[in-house]
Amino acid sequence: MNAPVNPPKLHDCRDAFASTLERLAGENETIVAVCNDSVGSSKLGGFKSRFPERLVNVGIAEQNMVGVGAGLANGGRLPFVCGAAPFLTGRSLEQIKADISYSNANVKLVGISSGMAYGELGPTHHSIEDFAWTRVLPNLPVIAPCDRIETAAAVAWAATYSGPCFLRLSRVGVPDLLAEGHTFELGKANLLRQGSQVTLIANGTLTHRIVKAAEILADRGIDARVLNLATVRPIDEEAIIAAARETGAIVTAEEHSIFGGLGSAVAEVVVDHAPVPMKRLGVPGVYAPTGSAEFLLDEFGMAPPAIADAAQSLIKRK
Amino acid sequence: MDTTELERIAREIRLRDLQAVFEAGAGHIGGEMSVIDILTALYFRVLKVWPDQPKHPDRDRFVLSKGHTACALYVTLAKRGFIPEEEISTFLQPHSRLNGHPNCNKVPGVETNTGPLGHGLPVAVGMAKAAKLSGARYHTYVVTGDGEMQEGSNWEAIMAAAQFKLDNLTLIIDHNRFQQGAALAETNDLAPFRPKLEAFGWEVTEIDGNAISEIVPALEHRGSAPHCIVAHTNKGHGISFMQDRVEWHHKVPSKEQYEIALAELSEAL
Repeated sequence: MNAPVNPPKLHDCRDAFASTLERLAGENETIVAVCNDSVGSSKLGGFKSRFPERLVNVGIAEQNMVGVGAGLANGGRLPFVCGAAPFLTGRSLEQIKADISYSNANVKLVGISSGMAYGELGPTHHSIEDFAWTRVLPNLPVIAPCDRIETAAAVAWAATYSGPCFLRLSRVGVPDLLAEGHTFELGKANLLRQGSQVTLIANGTLTHRIVKAAEILADRGIDARVLNLATVRPIDEEAIIAAARETGAIVTAEEHSIFGGLGSAVAEVVVDHAPVPMKRLGVPGVYAPTGSAEFLLDEFGMAPPAIADAAQSLIKRK
Repeated sequence: MDTTELERIAREIRLRDLQAVFEAGAGHIGGEMSVIDILTALYFRVLKVWPDQPKHPDRDRFVLSKGHTACALYVTLAKRGFIPEEEISTFLQPHSRLNGHPNCNKVPGVETNTGPLGHGLPVAVGMAKAAKLSGARYHTYVVTGDGEMQEGSNWEAIMAAAQFKLDNLTLIIDHNRFQQGAALAETNDLAPFRPKLEAFGWEVTEIDGNAISEIVPALEHRGSAPHCIVAHTNKGHGISFMQDRVEWHHKVPSKEQYEIALAELSEAL
């Protein structure tokens, strides 16, 4: 009889973001947090208590928020501009293009509650276009950490990186996956599991699901490689090309539309350098029905057994 | 520098701008002519800037939000020593850094990229707020077009500037009464600007925006709230047949028109 297993502790990555930002702000007086009435949802309450002057709340005005971020950077401040991902990116996309990316302003954009995090609130609140919108912009790294450890590491990296970036965070609790002390490296995939028959690639909350899918595949006697690919741009071409050549098939899964996101970015590398069969899992170009994030990801074929099934059928196409 | 000298410089900038637009075969000459007196007063009297150290931390910030009038800014920056004067002849040429809209990473003196309308004021609010946070003494100026004020992002920034008590920020609205397609009054008539800005908690000054003697004191004014200068200007100012004519938003003079304009502006020198 199996021993009872305690479910792993779940962490909200926003807490890791907020505590890291507060620690860094204690060391670097130029750090400011900019938000759009989102002190609570961006978890900036602690920051506000410790550094009240350095919390710039512009109210519900995302275009201004991003422009203000660019101006703060021009004046020598280090702004972390925080807001719900669908509005931060969609509502101020041209400001992100002209004021941040094209001007190469040293502004850290932090999209909170991305993907299907606001599942029940409906498609206006789903942020499943943000990879597509941001990853076409020059100068703008696009990063979706998978757990609290990678979130903290990415925030610490962003504070020292000279230039803009977009951090895409969830609010859905996830267990720890990476080792304590993990250092974020821009554009580098983490190999979470070695494998030879197929490669599963994801980031953010989906990384946890592909790890489980790989375990299911192992039970079925299939040896799957698992890559956590937090940086969508610049993308780790080397890891993707090696995966294509060494495993011959790639499945991507993402909390995003299958158009223009992580899967598309991986497919661009694959088709240019090492064409192999691919399956892109994500939201297939539709508006989602009502339901929680977990429900919707299952609904769109990203429950771990469904990911395993997709990988298994893909192997037959090799 | 006194008013007479500033007026002479403004005429020289107008002349060079006309030549540049004619030679390039493109530009936004109407709005350039309306804003040149303001640019002259800023760069030759008001702004604390060091052309040999364009990123000096204490420099005053200037943002040309109506970025389509970049040529007037380039001519002004060249005359002030930020870029070589002979470089103006490369305006819009392949690989020239003098693009149709200003680029802060290529052209010294340009603070942020502009072009799409409604971007400059939010960025200027951030610049002014940064000075408040760091204790820096620089002042931030931004010029928008009057038609540009139809962009909602400006009103978001106007609210924030008042809320943040940015007495170190000056917005100059180049109120030439025309936008690209028609008169402001026939499009979305925001005039009068004064009561609107005042209602949002700004201090407002109205001036003749083509009169250096009125521009300089308005720019030098310091109060306890963000300051808006409603600069009443003329589109195409200084060139008789362009003045207050909507078609000169981005029309290029014919050879004959060019000669007439050249004569008019040269005569004024």
